[in-house]
Amino acid sequence: MTEQTGLSGLVDRAALVTPPVVARRVRGLSERAIAWLFITPTMLLLLAINIFPLIWTIRLSFTNYRANRPNATVLDVGLANYQSILTDPDVWAAMTVTARFVFWSILIQTVLGFTLAWLIDKKFRGHGLWTTLILLPMMLSPAVVGNFWTFLYQPQIGLFNYVISALTGAPASSFQMLAQVPLAPWAIVIVDTWMWTPYVMLICLAGLRSIPDYIYEAAEVDRASPWRQFWSITLPMALPFIMLAVLFRGIENFKMFDMVNLLTGGGPGSTTEVASITLKREAFEKWRTGYSSAFAIILFVTVFGLANIYVKALNRVKSR
Amino acid sequence: MNGIAQDRPTEHAASRWPRPLRRGPMEAVATVLIAAGVLMLLQPFALVLYTYSFVTTLAGVVMFTIVSKFPD
Repeated sequence: MTEQTGLSGLVDRAALVTPPVVARRVRGLSERAIAWLFITPTMLLLLAINIFPLIWTIRLSFTNYRANRPNATVLDVGLANYQSILTDPDVWAAMTVTARFVFWSILIQTVLGFTLAWLIDKKFRGHGLWTTLILLPMMLSPAVVGNFWTFLYQPQIGLFNYVISALTGAPASSFQMLAQVPLAPWAIVIVDTWMWTPYVMLICLAGLRSIPDYIYEAAEVDRASPWRQFWSITLPMALPFIMLAVLFRGIENFKMFDMVNLLTGGGPGSTTEVASITLKREAFEKWRTGYSSAFAIILFVTVFGLANIYVKALNRVKSR
Repeated sequence: MNGIAQDRPTEHAASRWPRPLRRGPMEAVATVLIAAGVLMLLQPFALVLYTYSFVTTLAGVVMFTIVSKFPD
């Protein structure tokens, strides 16, 4: 009641201070016109910051434009940029590096995330505290995580090397996670897993909590073993949620840039040069803007395609 | 009453629409195309597959966008 009085008082005050000319104009508008009046600024903003750059990038991808030479003549090169990218073994190598990174990150995160969710779902003593602690890495900024793990991986003072040294007996300064060719990709996989396993766990936990108890009760009546219950009830019913987590992490890892750039910058050599690092090098080190625009469009179409599948999977999970 | 009257043309259109060209199966085909395109892009075995990956993904994305408007 008080709220209503307060609101009507506010409306009265607003009506009093509105100039009569404006008030007459607003009163004359239809509901549809008022709706358009409200959504137009948002739509203009969306067009300016999302749609226009996309269209401009598509346009640039058919030219030889270089952003560091704004006065040079811009020539239309047709599909040459696309042809060059899609026949270049170096770009293909970057794609395979991305694929390896995506595959191992997702595999480890899914196994660990599902196991953690399964354990948390058991509701042991203090499970709330453990859930909060497990979720902490996910809430940090990738920039913070990148810098934090760069220190942890330091061969002289890094905690990671000392832990490995204590476990294996190898001297702490005998290996460099970020500077050795066989170890650098794993260094990034470890950090990504540390940061994003909690997210996979959350989605899997939602899947596990959505399974009704009566199904397990019926299985108990039929004397199904816990192992059988897991393979015949838990896993199949949580599978759509696991697929959702896999798809989402797949999309995110495919366009991953910040963590790789902070940890290794694509090195040593090009061992950890994922697609987004190649794109950055082409755009802001070699200044091949037209070429990098075409590369960005290729990545965009791939992510857009995966996002379509993701939305379809999401709808299927929702309708369950 | 109004809702029933509005539903009828849609149902009628859906019943006239050829079964293989309905949204479900066509979306499945588009999804397979997208997935094949992504796999071709990321595989380390043949450069020729990588070369044709973008066209495959693009075809899948365009098809998905179009067929998602088809009746169920």
